[in-house]
Amino acid sequence: MTRGRALAGVLLLVLLLQPLIPLGGYRQYVLHVAIQIFIWSFIGSAWSLMGRFQLVSLGHGAFLGVGAYATVLLWNLYGVTPWLGAVAGMILAGLLAVVVGLPCFRFRVVGHYFGLVTLAVGEVIRLLIVAERDWTAGSLGLTLRSAGGDSLWALQYGSKQVFYYGSLALLLVGLWIWHRVDRSMARAALESIGEDETAAASVGIHVTRFKLGITVLSAALTALGGSLYAQAIAYVNPETLSGIGVSLKIVFAVVLGGMYTLLGPLVGTALTTALAEFLRILFGLKLLGMADTIYGLLLIIFIIFLPDGIYGSARAALDRRATRRAEGASITAKASV
Amino acid sequence: MIDPIFLVEAAVNGVLLGGVIALLALGLNLIFGVLDIVWIAYADLVMLCMYAIYFLVAVHGWPIWAAGLASLAVGALLGVAVHLLIISPILTSPPINQLLATGGLLFFVQSAATLFWTTDHRSVRLSLPSWEIGGIFIPATRLIPFGISILAVIGLYLFLTRTYIGTAIRAVSQDREAMSLMGASPQRIYVVTSAVGGLMAGLAGALLIFQYAVHPFFGGQFGPLTFMVCVLGGLGNMVGAFVASFIMSEVIAVGGVVMSTEMGYVIAFVIFIVMMFVRPGGILARRQ
Amino acid sequence: MLELRAISAGYGQFTALWDVSLRVDRGEAVAVVGPNGAGKTTLLRVISGLIAPRAGALTFDGAELTGRPAHHIVAHGIAHVPEGRRLFPALTVADNLKMGAFLPAARARFAESLERVYALFPVLAERRAQRAGSMSGGEQQMLAIGRALMSRPKIILLDEPSMGLAPVMVLRLFDLIRRVREEGYTILVVEQNVRQVLKLVDRAYLLEVGRIRTEGRATELSEQDFVRKAYMGV
Repeated sequence: MTRGRALAGVLLLVLLLQPLIPLGGYRQYVLHVAIQIFIWSFIGSAWSLMGRFQLVSLGHGAFLGVGAYATVLLWNLYGVTPWLGAVAGMILAGLLAVVVGLPCFRFRVVGHYFGLVTLAVGEVIRLLIVAERDWTAGSLGLTLRSAGGDSLWALQYGSKQVFYYGSLALLLVGLWIWHRVDRSMARAALESIGEDETAAASVGIHVTRFKLGITVLSAALTALGGSLYAQAIAYVNPETLSGIGVSLKIVFAVVLGGMYTLLGPLVGTALTTALAEFLRILFGLKLLGMADTIYGLLLIIFIIFLPDGIYGSARAALDRRATRRAEGASITAKASV
Repeated sequence: MIDPIFLVEAAVNGVLLGGVIALLALGLNLIFGVLDIVWIAYADLVMLCMYAIYFLVAVHGWPIWAAGLASLAVGALLGVAVHLLIISPILTSPPINQLLATGGLLFFVQSAATLFWTTDHRSVRLSLPSWEIGGIFIPATRLIPFGISILAVIGLYLFLTRTYIGTAIRAVSQDREAMSLMGASPQRIYVVTSAVGGLMAGLAGALLIFQYAVHPFFGGQFGPLTFMVCVLGGLGNMVGAFVASFIMSEVIAVGGVVMSTEMGYVIAFVIFIVMMFVRPGGILARRQ
Repeated sequence: MLELRAISAGYGQFTALWDVSLRVDRGEAVAVVGPNGAGKTTLLRVISGLIAPRAGALTFDGAELTGRPAHHIVAHGIAHVPEGRRLFPALTVADNLKMGAFLPAARARFAESLERVYALFPVLAERRAQRAGSMSGGEQQMLAIGRALMSRPKIILLDEPSMGLAPVMVLRLFDLIRRVREEGYTILVVEQNVRQVLKLVDRAYLLEVGRIRTEGRATELSEQDFVRKAYMGV
C-alpha cells in the first residue's frame, strides 16, 4: 500500500467517524461546514471534468440552478420526491448542455467564444428564474416545503448527520467518476482535442461527440450537486445558485486547488470555505463583499503565478523530487554494477 | 393586448439603447481583434466609470461635461492598468488562464464595489425634456446619448482608418508578427488599444449614468448582453458587432415591454442560440 | 556588416540550427540555399529577432543584437520580407506601405521612400487603393519587398521570394531584386530555386539539416557537382 493511499484511508476513516467525536455545541456547525465542503467539492470536481480539457465554462451556475430549482419546484408544487426530482434536474441540465454545446462544438466555438457563451447561459438561467417569479418566487428565493418530520421519501432530516454522510458519499462517487474519466480512452481523446482540435479530428476522433459527452456529464453532475444542496439547506435563491457569482466561485475554488488533479477541487474548496468562514467570524456581516473581493484578487494572482493551484503545484514539485531521487538511484545502481 | 403605441415606443427605445451597446461591443471587439483576449470584466469597468461620474456630479458638484471628460480619462487609465497588470503577464498563457484572469477581475471589481459603496443604487438626476413625436415620448436622456454614441462610432471609424496609429492597430489585428517586423513594439500598440477600449467604456458609462442607476452588479446586466452581441456579430468583426447591437437591443426593448425585462433578455438569448446554429460565424459571415 | 557566430536556435525541444556562422558584407548579395526543412527560414527569423537564439552571437554594423526583440532589430536597419509575404490582407497597398515606414526615422522620409518604391514597382502605384489580399502572387511579393524598403533598411532579408510564383513571374522577380540590389541595398536571400538565385548573388551558403555544409562564391558553387545534381536537376 502506497503512502498516499494510506493517508487517504486514514482521512476517510476520520471523516466517517467524525460525527461520533464529541464536539458539544459545535456539532451542527462543523457538520454544516463539512457538508458545504463536500457538496461544493463535488460540484468543483464536476466542473474540472470540462476545465481540465480546456473547455472553460463560466456559467456552471446554470446547471446548478436547474438542478436545485427542478428538485424544489417539483416537490413544492407537485409532491414529487426529490429522488426523482434530482433525476429530472440532471436530464434538464443535460438537455441545456446539449442545446448550448451542440452549436458551439459543431461550429468550432472554442476558447474565448465558448467562455462567453457559457457566461451568458449562466446569467440567462438566473434571469429566467427571476422572471418567472410567479412560481419560482424570483429573487426572494424558495423554501422547501416541509414534509413534517424526517422522511427519506422527501429527503428531509432535522439533523444534519444524514446529509453529512450523504454528501460525503456523493463526493466519493464524484471522485470515482473523475478517476474513471482520467483512466479512460476518452481522456486521451479529450486531451488531444484540447491541444489541437484539427489534428485530433484528422486522426478520426469524433470531436463534437467527445466534447458534448464530457459537457453533458459535467452538467448532469453539477445539477445533482445542486439538488442535494437544495435539500440540505432547504432553501434556494437565484443569486446563490445561478449567475456569474456562483459560477466564478466554483471556478476559483478549483483553480486554487488545482484543475488537473483528483483532489485539487477538494483542497481548493476546503481552503475557500475555511477562508469564507474565517472572514465571516472576523467581520460578521459588516464588510459585505470582503470575502468575494479577496477571492477575486486571489484568483487573479493565482492564475497568473500559480496556474496549477496549490495542490497541483505541490504535487508537481513532489513528483519532480521523486523523479530526481529515482534518477539518482538508477545512477548509483549503474555505478555500482 | 398591448397598445401598439407602446410597441413603437419600445422599438424606438431599442434603437436608442443600441447606440450605447454598440460602443461597448466595438470597444470589446477592438481589444479582442488586437490582443486575442476578451475582457470579461469590460462591463464592470463601465460600472466603475459610472460611479466616478456619480461621485463627481452628485457628491462633489462637478458640471456634467467635466465629469464626462473625467469618465473618459478614468476609462482610458483603467484600460491601460488592466492591460499592464493583468493582461500583459498572461499574453502567452493558454486561453483558459486568460479567461479566468479577466473573470477573476470581474469578480474582484464587483465585490470591491460592494465593499466600498454597498449595493445601493445610485443615480444622477437630470431634468431634461421629453419630446413627443407622433404620440410616442422620446426623452432627451435617451436621444442625446444615442447621438453621441453614433458620433463616437464614426470617430472610432475615422481613427482606425485615417490615422497612422489607427491603421497600425488594424494591421496588428491582422498580423501581429508582421507588424513587429515593421519596427512597431507590440506592447506599445497593445497599450494604445487598451486605452482606446477603456476610453469607450468610459464614454459608455457617461452615457448610461443618466439613464440607469449604477450598482455593483450593473455589469451583470450589460456584460452578457455585450458578449452575445459580439459573438453574434462575429468576434472581432466591427461591422457585425454594430449591426448585432441594434438587433439585440430591439429584442430586449420590445420583449421587455411585451413580457418582462428579464424575459426580454431570455428571448434575446434564445435568439442568440438559434443564430449560432444558423450562422455560426456571426450574422455577417459568409455561408459555411 | 552582418555577422552570425555559432548560432543555435530551435522551437521547444527541437533544435533547428546548430552552430551556424555566416557573414554578409556591405553591398553584397548573399544567398542561403538548401533543402526543405534545413532551417533556412529559422535562420532569417533569428536574424530579424522573431526568434531568440539559444547560443551564439549576432552582430550588425558593430551593434550586438543577440536576443533583442524584432522591433529593436528593425530599428537598426534590418528589414525582413517573411516567408509567404505576410502582408496585411485587409489593408490597401498604400496602407501596407505606410506601415512599412512605421519607424520614426522612416516616417520622416516617407514621401521620398514612397516615390522610390513606386518608381521601382509601378504596378504598386497603379493599385495603391487595392486590398492587398486581392492581388496576385507576384504583385504581393512586390508589395512585400516595397514595404520592407519603406523602413529605409541597410540590409534586406528575403525569405523564399519565388515561392508560389509562376516561372515567368520568378524571372521578373529576380530581375526586380537585381534592380533593388543596384540601388545599393545589401541582400540576404533564402531560396529553394538554386539556379536562379546563384545567378543573382555574389556568395552563397548551403544549409542542410541545420548546419552550414559549404560556402563559396556563387560561380564556384554552381560548378560543384553535388550542387548541380542535388539542387539544379542536372
